[in-house]
Amino acid sequence: MSTTTTRDLARPAPAKPSKAGPRRGLRGSGTFNFWLFTGPFLIGLLIFVYVPIGWSIWLSFYEARFTVTPSTFVGFDNYRFMLENDNFIGALGTFTVFAAIIVPTTWALSLGLALLVNRLRFMRAFFRSVFFLPTACSYVAASLIWKMSIFNGVRFGLANTVLGWFGVENIAWLDNPNPPWYWLVILTARLWLQSGFYMILFLAALQNIPGELYEAAAIDGAKPGWQTFRHITLPQLRATSTAVILLLLIAAYQAFDEFFNLLSKTTWGRPPLVELYYTALGDNQDYGAGSAGAVILTLLIVIVTLFQGKIMGFGRGDESK
Amino acid sequence: MSALSNSNWDRRTVLRAAMGLAAAGGLAACGSNTGRGSGGGDALVQYFHAYGEAGTEQAIKRYAKAYKDANVATQWITGSNFESKLFASLLTKEAPDLFEFHPQIQLIKSGQVADLTDIVEPVKDDFNQADIASHTVDGKIYGVRMIDDPQFFFYRKSMLEKANVEVPQTLDELLEAAAKLTTDKVKGVYLGNTLQAVIRPMIWAAGADTLNDKNEPAYHTDAVVDGIKQMRKLFTSGDLLLGAPADYWDPSALVQGLTAMQFCGMWAMPVMQEALGDDLGIFPFPKVGDAGKPSVYNGGWSMFVNAKGDRVDEAKEYVKWLWIDNKEYQEDWALSYGFHIPPRTSIAESADKLKSGLPAEGVKLFNEFGHFDNIGWTQAMIKATEDVFADAVRKDADPEAALDKCDKVVNAELKKLFG
Repeated sequence: MSTTTTRDLARPAPAKPSKAGPRRGLRGSGTFNFWLFTGPFLIGLLIFVYVPIGWSIWLSFYEARFTVTPSTFVGFDNYRFMLENDNFIGALGTFTVFAAIIVPTTWALSLGLALLVNRLRFMRAFFRSVFFLPTACSYVAASLIWKMSIFNGVRFGLANTVLGWFGVENIAWLDNPNPPWYWLVILTARLWLQSGFYMILFLAALQNIPGELYEAAAIDGAKPGWQTFRHITLPQLRATSTAVILLLLIAAYQAFDEFFNLLSKTTWGRPPLVELYYTALGDNQDYGAGSAGAVILTLLIVIVTLFQGKIMGFGRGDESK
Repeated sequence: MSALSNSNWDRRTVLRAAMGLAAAGGLAACGSNTGRGSGGGDALVQYFHAYGEAGTEQAIKRYAKAYKDANVATQWITGSNFESKLFASLLTKEAPDLFEFHPQIQLIKSGQVADLTDIVEPVKDDFNQADIASHTVDGKIYGVRMIDDPQFFFYRKSMLEKANVEVPQTLDELLEAAAKLTTDKVKGVYLGNTLQAVIRPMIWAAGADTLNDKNEPAYHTDAVVDGIKQMRKLFTSGDLLLGAPADYWDPSALVQGLTAMQFCGMWAMPVMQEALGDDLGIFPFPKVGDAGKPSVYNGGWSMFVNAKGDRVDEAKEYVKWLWIDNKEYQEDWALSYGFHIPPRTSIAESADKLKSGLPAEGVKLFNEFGHFDNIGWTQAMIKATEDVFADAVRKDADPEAALDKCDKVVNAELKKLFG
């Protein structure tokens, strides 16, 4: 970098006292510093994450209804119950559908928004903020707005009012699963909430692409528009895209609020976390089966993540680049 | 980004793995939020679900404030899943000392609620005997009924007249009436968005029951299967209001003219009368099939004391003071906000508000067609029948198959409770 030389000029000669080493004691024990800085974090991690995980694994081998300190050991019964449980298997299916739709659509929408905003000559900051703002809204609040005012089933709901202009009958978006309009409600809510955040990530990445690349491409005869986008922009965004997809998948795994708030008393449209919530904390209070489900889910996530890491090379470090 | 140095690799890998597990750990850690802020310090804590009627929360807090022997802090639980929040909190140190709920035997079997026989016994004869029976297990009384809430249909007389429709006497007639009453602005009937409120009334109206006297499933009959099929027909007919902003327990759908008939509870009667005047009538859930009988669900709420709390005796004292001794407040609670039928015979008999007009008709339906809670019919079983309606009415699963699935859950639950 060009700043290196100036910095060298400006910097005073290396401090001599450091060689005498009065502070050597502190600096020398790297191990101590390591624990000093990571210790608090690790303690929190231990208490709030590893202990609950361990407890959960322990619970999963016990008959634990209405208690978290059970005494009846049941071996793998809870695992058998969960794996034979249609609702739990259905929940994994629901999640797969959900992730298969929400990940690419959010990716495309946020990239599209980023490209549009990046093109703007003026008011860029304004539009950037406007698109980013929904990120600050809570999922619960958004769910309520979606449920009560936009997608309620009566004639004065926003969606039904608009459709009414075209002579379409009122649709019970959330209560009638046939056709499954509830997906539209859930997906649009999540798109609205999360696209802005990923747009910012893409925007940053777009602004990092050196202009020289586009100039060189233009000189080599690449047409502006699709060709340039396909062969310059998209490959340059590869690292960001990978990260975004990974983050989106994690967010999809954690989906809970909108499903929980938008759908009630259903046997459908429940991703794993909602299903486990109803098993462990709902009317049944069955912590054994709930924990077994959580362990199964964790194993699945671990497998999928390792597999994904293999394919996308994420987390392999900078050597791979 | 470029790595600072390659020697960090090990630690970073460790941390990254740790972070990964931390993300997964969200699974194990969820559910720690009990919905409570800091407790009331030295106060007794009581849980109430959020009643819809104006003034109810203030009333409960006013009664608590009038109690001299202890501070009582009220948690007013909003949202539609009161039972989940209650059950979850009962496991923790944050558990309420007393709470309102419905009589359900698993709370007694697990030692969760305290025996209140000693405070109820002296005034036992002044209670509606059905309410005493529904709270009694092996001769012990476990809860104090505060209010009885009959649930039935409300309808707009003018709309039925205009469409030339008689008050439905059977479920078939209800479907026909709904079809005739439906216009482009108004739907024929509203049963709530999830239909869960009419499950038990429909079972009773089909001549069946939740459990029989021997605590065996009694809901899986041909008449119930037929009822479910008719409900499915109604659900897909386009005559049923769905997706209303307020659920069945709120009078809004009827008052706002979204529907001509609505299944609701007597609690909403004052609001409906105020909005609609005389343009209001009521009828029970009509009979299903020839062998059926109209039915009314006599729901309601009762006070229970958390037997696992630290202050059982103080909580019992408070329950005795308010819900046994203090008739003025009991009457206020039953009649000043929504309409509820006081479970105390002496209060019910002197309640002028319930003696004439539509409220009196409500009381008549309560007495004539009412079914009270069965203490053996627990939340897990209620949930199982809700799944039946979800699968076979809101989705198009076979009712027999859905009921078979329900049988499995109910039988497993019965085995746990009664052996």
